[in-house]
Amino acid sequence: MDLLSYRQTPVHRFDPRAKLIATLIFLFCVVSFHKYQLSNLFPYFIFPVYLVSAGDIPAGYIMKKIIVVSPFALMVAVFNPIFDTAVVSHVGHLGVTGGWISFFSIMTRFALTVGTALALIACTGFYGICNALGRLGMPRVFVVQLLFLYRYLFVLVEEAARMLRARDLRSFENRGRGLRVYGPLMGTLLLRSIDRAQKIHRAMVCRGFDGTIRITGTHSFGMREYVFLALWTVMFICFRLWNVSVLAGDFFVRLFS
Amino acid sequence: MSHHIIKADEIHFTYPDGFHALRGISFLITHGESVAIVGANGAGKSTLLLHLNGLLLPTQGGLRVGDYPVTKETAHHIKRSVGMVFQNPDDQLFMPTVYDDVAFGPLNLGFPPEEINGRVQQTLETVGAAHLVNRPTHRLSGGEKRRVAIATVLSMTPDILILDEPTSDLDPGARRRLIELLGTFHHTKIIATHDLDMVLDLCERTIIINEGSILADGRSAEILRDEALLKKSSLEKPLRLQGCPVCGKKKKTRR
Repeated sequence: MDLLSYRQTPVHRFDPRAKLIATLIFLFCVVSFHKYQLSNLFPYFIFPVYLVSAGDIPAGYIMKKIIVVSPFALMVAVFNPIFDTAVVSHVGHLGVTGGWISFFSIMTRFALTVGTALALIACTGFYGICNALGRLGMPRVFVVQLLFLYRYLFVLVEEAARMLRARDLRSFENRGRGLRVYGPLMGTLLLRSIDRAQKIHRAMVCRGFDGTIRITGTHSFGMREYVFLALWTVMFICFRLWNVSVLAGDFFVRLFS
Repeated sequence: MSHHIIKADEIHFTYPDGFHALRGISFLITHGESVAIVGANGAGKSTLLLHLNGLLLPTQGGLRVGDYPVTKETAHHIKRSVGMVFQNPDDQLFMPTVYDDVAFGPLNLGFPPEEINGRVQQTLETVGAAHLVNRPTHRLSGGEKRRVAIATVLSMTPDILILDEPTSDLDPGARRRLIELLGTFHHTKIIATHDLDMVLDLCERTIIINEGSILADGRSAEILRDEALLKKSSLEKPLRLQGCPVCGKKKKTRR
């Protein structure tokens, strides 16, 4: 993922703050719709599609990631068609229930929000986003936390994987696999993390750490950023105020009749 | 150049859990010396290293680095002049990219931003890692991590370099290149290690630590030949000073 963020396209070169604010407005607009407003959502796909295409990010890669996390959204949405069986519209003779509409509404929103978040990371880099958050006034502690979360997630996962492997090699049949072993295993992992945190802190103090991570900012918020941000904000708000899908449909119906 | 010396005077250290790790250690390391600190696991090497730049303060006895006694108040100066490279590069490299990690120290020391760029480039070139500048730190190989870890410290231009097990976990080629790199530095060097062959290459002086006190302190060439002494502190002669395993064995069986 972060390898993608080293590409050099116009989208990559925008100040991360501009992209971050645009994405936040986007998310706010998308989640603010009523659960039956399915058609209003579709115009919003233009933003992630723009990020992916202009940022030269493999779309299949983002899709795959979305599918990987989709079970969580499915779990939330799957009960809607079962409990909400009131028919709200008809397609031909087929009655469409509110449950199905809200089901698709949830799934569409999920695809929009997660897809955009992933595209944003792919064309900004996690570090760029943390940097932007810090410069937009997020408390330092949280920025440092986020940075370190990302850096040491890999180390923690590797450590856990090594411990599990070591356990598996010495457990036979079903002995040595139950919760009884998991408890101490997790405890050890926690202790090791604390230990490691201490060592890292030592290394930081050795190099003059005093609570602030100073970041060399290479981006500046210039004209391009203002234009980028203004254009997208206006677009998102228009999409929010008018149902562009319906307008476009009406337009084409009138065009051909 | 009195500011490159380290003087320890009867240092004692007891951990909060009561473990008496250092029991009266004294030595004087002067400008430009390269000193190996060797000893068994748990002999107190790492504890001693943590004292040398003020991360731990002795419970008894005194330590001076250059003109400063090591205390809480002088810790800032000490950290600036003593660069510490930890054993595990994952502890040392905590920033997302190589560039940010090497720039971390200089930025904290308050160098002007326009100077940072050149400094980072130059340091990375010194350790032969200039091509890694924009890579994420967690994706480097073991040898690359070690080089970058050294660069993160060099970028602060320390007078004294402290290295904890610099050659552990490296393949023989990477180990050899690292030894050559360390050989080009003119800093006062203190290296804690089990790699006695490296000691032969890099350090003219060796201090053996055993159960928290100094067992021997002298020229590496002599100490590393003293089999009885080495055995006592759970060490072995460097491989290069041992006889050839093939012809040496033959001799024994003939006898």
